[in-house]
Amino acid sequence: MAREHPILETHELTIRFGGHVAVDHVSCAFERGTLTAIVGPNGAGKTTYFNLISGQLRASHGKVVLNGQDITRMSVPERTLKGIGRAFQLTNLFPTLTVRENVRLVAQARANLGLDLFSMADSHVELIERAEHVLAEVRLLDKASQTVSALPHGDQRKLEVALLIALGPQVLMFDEPTAGMSVDEVPVILNLIQELKADKDRTILLVEHKMDVIRTLADRIIVLHNGALVADGEPATVINSAVVQEAYLGKRVTEAAHG
Amino acid sequence: MLMKLLSGDRPASPVLTVLLLVILIGLAFAPFLFPGSKPLETAARICIFIVLVASYDLLIGYTGIVSFAHTMFFGLGAYGTALGLTLGGASFAAAGLGALCGVGLAALLALAIGLFSLRVKAIFFAMVTLAIASAFAVLVSQLSFLTGGEDGLNYKIPRELTPAFKLFAEPVLGLRIDGKVLSYYLVFGVALALFLALVRIVNSPFGRVLKAVRDNGFRAEAIGYKAVHYRTAATVLSAMMAAMAGVLLALWLRYTGPATTLSMEIMVDILLMVVIGGMGTMYGAVIGATLFILAQTYLQALMGLAEGATAGIPLLSALVAPDRWLLWLGVLFVLSVYFFPTGIVGRLRAGKAGAA
Repeated sequence: MAREHPILETHELTIRFGGHVAVDHVSCAFERGTLTAIVGPNGAGKTTYFNLISGQLRASHGKVVLNGQDITRMSVPERTLKGIGRAFQLTNLFPTLTVRENVRLVAQARANLGLDLFSMADSHVELIERAEHVLAEVRLLDKASQTVSALPHGDQRKLEVALLIALGPQVLMFDEPTAGMSVDEVPVILNLIQELKADKDRTILLVEHKMDVIRTLADRIIVLHNGALVADGEPATVINSAVVQEAYLGKRVTEAAHG
Repeated sequence: MLMKLLSGDRPASPVLTVLLLVILIGLAFAPFLFPGSKPLETAARICIFIVLVASYDLLIGYTGIVSFAHTMFFGLGAYGTALGLTLGGASFAAAGLGALCGVGLAALLALAIGLFSLRVKAIFFAMVTLAIASAFAVLVSQLSFLTGGEDGLNYKIPRELTPAFKLFAEPVLGLRIDGKVLSYYLVFGVALALFLALVRIVNSPFGRVLKAVRDNGFRAEAIGYKAVHYRTAATVLSAMMAAMAGVLLALWLRYTGPATTLSMEIMVDILLMVVIGGMGTMYGAVIGATLFILAQTYLQALMGLAEGATAGIPLLSALVAPDRWLLWLGVLFVLSVYFFPTGIVGRLRAGKAGAA
C-alpha cells in the first residue's frame, strides 16, 4: 500500500439519469485523517456523489480510486470490505431485529463469519462484546434488547451511526447524521465524529447543512451545485466565497461580493 | 447439552414447550403407543412433513423468499431414491446412490435458479419457481418409461425395512419389532437429525445474515454481505433438506408418484402448515405439520361420527358429512390465520411476553 496516494480520489466522476447529469465530472482527492464537509443546496448531487463512492450507483463516466486501487467496478459489499463505510441519510436498519443484533451483524461481517453454518451465533461472545462496546459509545446500551422498529427516531439515527462505527472503515461517510435529532442528542453524535476524527488513520466525508457544525468539525469544504464541484478549500474561505453565498445560502453574488 | 442440541433456541413459552414435548414423545414411541398401521403411517408422514415444512420455513420465514418449487425438490429426492431402487434392485447401496443423485440434482437446480433469478423482485422469483415446478411436473409425467408417468413407481425396498423382516424373535413391550418399525425409526431418526440441523443453521452466524437480508437486503450489502449469495445459499440448503425429506418418503411408502410428491396440492399444504405453525420460528413447522396432518387424517373419521350423531337433523347432518372435511379444514385455516396472524408459535410467544 503506497502511502503517497490520497486515501480516496474521484476522477471526472459522472452519472447521468436520462438527460439529467446528477453528478458532473467531479474530481477530488481526500487525504488521510481529514474531515471534509460536502455542502450544497437540495438536489445538488451530494447524496448521489456518496452513492457513487460507496457503490449503490454505478458511474456513467469517471473513476473512484481507493488507496490507489480503482474500485469503480466493485459491488457495494466489496467496497465495504475494502474500507468504505456509509451511514445513510434516511434511516436504513434491520427493523425486526434487536438493537444489539443490528450492531452484532456488522461486527460479524468484519470478522468474516457470515458463511459459518455450524456454530451458534451467540457463542461468538467477542462479537456481542464489540457490539455492546459500540452501543455504549452512542449511548444506546440500555436499549440494546429492544426491537429497532420500536425505537424513537433519534435513537434510530444513533444506531445508524453505531453501525458505521462498528464497521470501522478507513473512509467514513456520514449523510446528514444529525437530521431529525433532538437538540440534546446532536452533541452525542458530534462528539463521536470529533473522536473519530482524532484517529489520524480515518478519513471522514460529511454531508451536513448546519453551518456551525461544519465550522467546528471540517478541515475542508467542497461545494456541489447542480452536480458540479464549484468550490473547494478551507472552511472560512469557502463559506465566505461568492459562489457559496449564491449557490448555497441563496444570496445574490453581487450582494455577497459587497458584504 | 439440551440447549446445545437446540442451538440455544428456547421455545420461550411453557405451553409451546409442553406441546413440543408431547409431539416428540408421541413420535418417538408411536409404534408402542398407537398400534396399527394407520397411526404409524400418520406418524411417519408427520416426521417427513416436519422436515419439509421446516426447510420451507428457512426460505419463507428466515430469508423472506417465496418459492413454489419446494415440491419439485421434494420430488427430486423421492424420484432419485425410487429410480435407484427400481433400476438397482432392493439394496441400501442402490437407495443411497439414488438418494445422493436426487439430493445433488436438487442442489444444482436450486443453485441455477438462485443465481439466475434471485436478483429479480420477490414476486418474479415466485413466478419463475412456479413455472419451473410446473414444467418439471409435466416432464415427469411425460417421461413415463423412466418415471412411470402419472402412475408413478412401485418398487421393492431393502428386506430389513419390510414387515417380513423380524429383528428379534420375541416382542418388545408387546410389539413385534419388524422391518416396518425399523423403517419408521429410520424416518424418525433422520427427520429429527435434519430438523435439529435446520435449527442450528437458523441460529448460526449464517442464519443471522439471512434475517438481515430478509429485513433489509440493501443495508446488508452496505455492511459487507452479498445479499444474492446468501439468498442463493439458503435456496440450495432448503432444496437439499426438502430432497432428503423426499428420500424418506420414497423409502417409507415404497411408492413414488406425482400425487404424493409433485402436486400443487402438497405445495399449498406446505404453505398452510408453515403459516398455521408460525413463520420464521422453526418450531412452527413441528406444530403446523402435526396439527395439519392429524386434521387431514382424522377429521373425516371425526365427522363421520358427527354425521351419525346428527342424523335426525337434515341440514346439519349434511354439513358435517365426511365428504365436507375439506370445507371444515378451510374454515379452520381461515380462523387460525384470523386469530393467530403470526401462527400458533408466534401467538404463544407473544402471550408469554405480554404476561411478563
